[in-house]
Amino acid sequence: MAQDPMLPRRYRVKRAWSELSDVSTMELEPIDGEAVPFAPGQFNMLYAFGVGEVAISISGDAADTDKLVHTIRNVGAISGALAGVSDGDVIGVRGPFGSAWPVAQETGRHIVFVAGGLGLAPLRPAIYHVLNNREQYSGMTLVYGARSPDDLLYADEIKAWKSRFDTEVEITVDHAAPGWTGQVGVVTVPLDRTLSGSNGAEVSAFVCGPEIMMRFSVMSLMAAGVPEDKVWISMERNMKCAIGFCGHCQFGGDFICRDGPVFRHDQVSRLIAKKEI
Amino acid sequence: MPASTGSSFILDDPAPLVEALLADGWRVIGPKLGDGAIVYDEIESASDMPRGLTDEQEGGRYRLREGDPNRWFDYVVGPQSWKKYLFPARQKLWSAEKGDNGFAIEPHEDDFPKTALFGARACEIAAIEVQDRVFDNGDFTDSGYKRRREATLIVAVQCARSAATCFCASMNTGPSADSGFDIALTELDDGGFFVECGSDRGAAILDRIGPAEAGTAELEAANAVTLKAAGMQTRSMPDNIPALLRENLDHPRWAEVAERCLSCANCTMACPTCFCSDVEDVNDLSGDHAERWRVWDSCFTLDFSYIHGGSVRRSTLSRYRQWMTHKLSSWHDQFDTSGCVGCGRCIAWCPVGIDITEEAAAFAAEPLAQEG
Ligand SMILES: Cc1cc2nc3c(=O)[nH]c(=O)nc-3n(C[C@H](O)[C@H](O)[C@H](O)COP(=O)(O)OP(=O)(O)OC[C@H]3O[C@@H](n4cnc5c(N)ncnc54)[C@H](O)[C@@H]3O)c2cc1C
Ligand code: SF4
Ligand code: SF4
Ligand code: FES
Repeated sequence: MAQDPMLPRRYRVKRAWSELSDVSTMELEPIDGEAVPFAPGQFNMLYAFGVGEVAISISGDAADTDKLVHTIRNVGAISGALAGVSDGDVIGVRGPFGSAWPVAQETGRHIVFVAGGLGLAPLRPAIYHVLNNREQYSGMTLVYGARSPDDLLYADEIKAWKSRFDTEVEITVDHAAPGWTGQVGVVTVPLDRTLSGSNGAEVSAFVCGPEIMMRFSVMSLMAAGVPEDKVWISMERNMKCAIGFCGHCQFGGDFICRDGPVFRHDQVSRLIAKKEI
Repeated sequence: MPASTGSSFILDDPAPLVEALLADGWRVIGPKLGDGAIVYDEIESASDMPRGLTDEQEGGRYRLREGDPNRWFDYVVGPQSWKKYLFPARQKLWSAEKGDNGFAIEPHEDDFPKTALFGARACEIAAIEVQDRVFDNGDFTDSGYKRRREATLIVAVQCARSAATCFCASMNTGPSADSGFDIALTELDDGGFFVECGSDRGAAILDRIGPAEAGTAELEAANAVTLKAAGMQTRSMPDNIPALLRENLDHPRWAEVAERCLSCANCTMACPTCFCSDVEDVNDLSGDHAERWRVWDSCFTLDFSYIHGGSVRRSTLSRYRQWMTHKLSSWHDQFDTSGCVGCGRCIAWCPVGIDITEEAAAFAAEPLAQEG
């Protein structure tokens, strides 16, 4: 990286819009220098002037180099400031950092994405990659669970994916609301159903969501015969630097900011089974 | 004869060396007496150093007392380490002003004059070399650390005695340093110093003094000094500790030590290799000026592992386990070295006297059956 990895670069908000009551998406363009290429699954450290900096996954299409896209849930001071930006505002960006979903290497396989809640945002660049290169894969399935129908992210886009003949999309919510005609229940129910109709040995799975949801999803994948070295998850820890200096993101011998956030499941399975690592 | 790396000399006392460093424009940081302990601070002459003092250290205990008035360096390490210079407890990273295009960011470079660390012990040099790896991790370099490190000259003191808390011999980090110094001093039993030149920069300083060359008798006397110090050590670390901790994350001993640990973070603050940091974003009243600071942090705080929804390491058990397994086990995975240099600070400065060597011995004595 040519520039000091501790210094944010300025990006202008081209467009920002609200996705859900507490979630916004923004498209950014660099003020200082060129757009930096990224790989699906990587994240940036976004800085709100005077407020602070947090880790946010890149949720846009890596093939579209015109804009950098992030989707942010307002859960605190910094994420709130970032989720509240308007068109034309300027924020700081450091990155991209971390490991990527190795989706481009899994050609010929049945790609299964399992997303929980906002976990769909870091998976979306990988989904775009598969959709853009669909002929290279033997199948594509997205299983997505959200808390309620009002919490379904990218709903219009999902509808478009669902209408494609070459993709299978399964949506479920924890709690239905009046008017909801879709599935209710945890994500493993539609996941198990999908897997029962597939050959587990041909599946490469990419899983992102709350840790508990990832744990159960991985169990379903293993039970369906998906090889352990064909399952990837993305982990989340407190991050203050993203470059291996601050120590906050450690998970055993790994720094989640450098060695992750995306891990092949068998590389972290021993510690994931333990509490408070 | 001019000095060169590997050549050795004799000096009566350290004063000419301090003078030569000052004359050559170095800021000299050395041991001083402060608040009943040996601390590191700027010195203007050798007489600023606490000659004649010695220390007693034990779990949760540190005392200075009068020793042989002629001895210069009969104490070992105190609560501070050189880390406070190379990796300051508070560093400004940058400042930003609101303006055109949102704001403008101005990187901050601290003022770090060329600095001689006078009296660094072998374990402390090892600790600096550990942090060298941390802050240049293959992907990223901490430019501020690098700049300070390159402006640093090290005058080592080879230890003539060990405190009861020292266990550098078992960590292969001391009590004498083979490398990593520009000049090294060994205080001989009969008075006087055996002086080793470790670099061209060290040679340039020694040439200002032109000391007498040392012979084999002085070399042997110096070796005997550090051998005796090594022989005084009673604490040690088991060799297989990295694997032992990796395999014993569920050992009941963690709960026992967590009963005693106050989660006060003293051990991490005193440790010369601990590198964790937090950032602080500050804002002036007008809201037009912002700064980002990097400050020491500790894995013993609840906030350290906070993510939305709550901290990952809520229990003291998990925090002590994180600290000890990081130091002694996962550090090897990350940096190909132990994170512990055996300086004993965490033992002496723990208010309840928790002893990392005693904890390690407990795992070694009764490990859990190996996991599959
Ligand atoms: C690799 C990675 C990718 C992420 N991607 C996204 C994303 O695409 N969209 C999104 O909305 N959120 C994402 N998050 C979570 C996001 O970073 C946190 O929600 C955010 O840090 C909350 O900060 P806050 O100051 O608003 O909240 P507060 O609750 O006030 O947090 C205070 C501090 O705690 C830390 N913290 C709190 N929650 C988290 C968390 N969940 N993860 C890490 N640190 C946390 C931060 O350092 C923060 O400064 C990601 C986190 C990681 C580690
Ligand atoms: S863990 Fe304790 S003994 Fe080891 S280097 Fe740190 S303070 Fe010294
Ligand atoms: S081990 Fe001792 S010094 Fe360290 S946090 Fe626990 S009580 Fe404090
Ligand atoms: S976020 Fe600082 S070490 Fe990973």
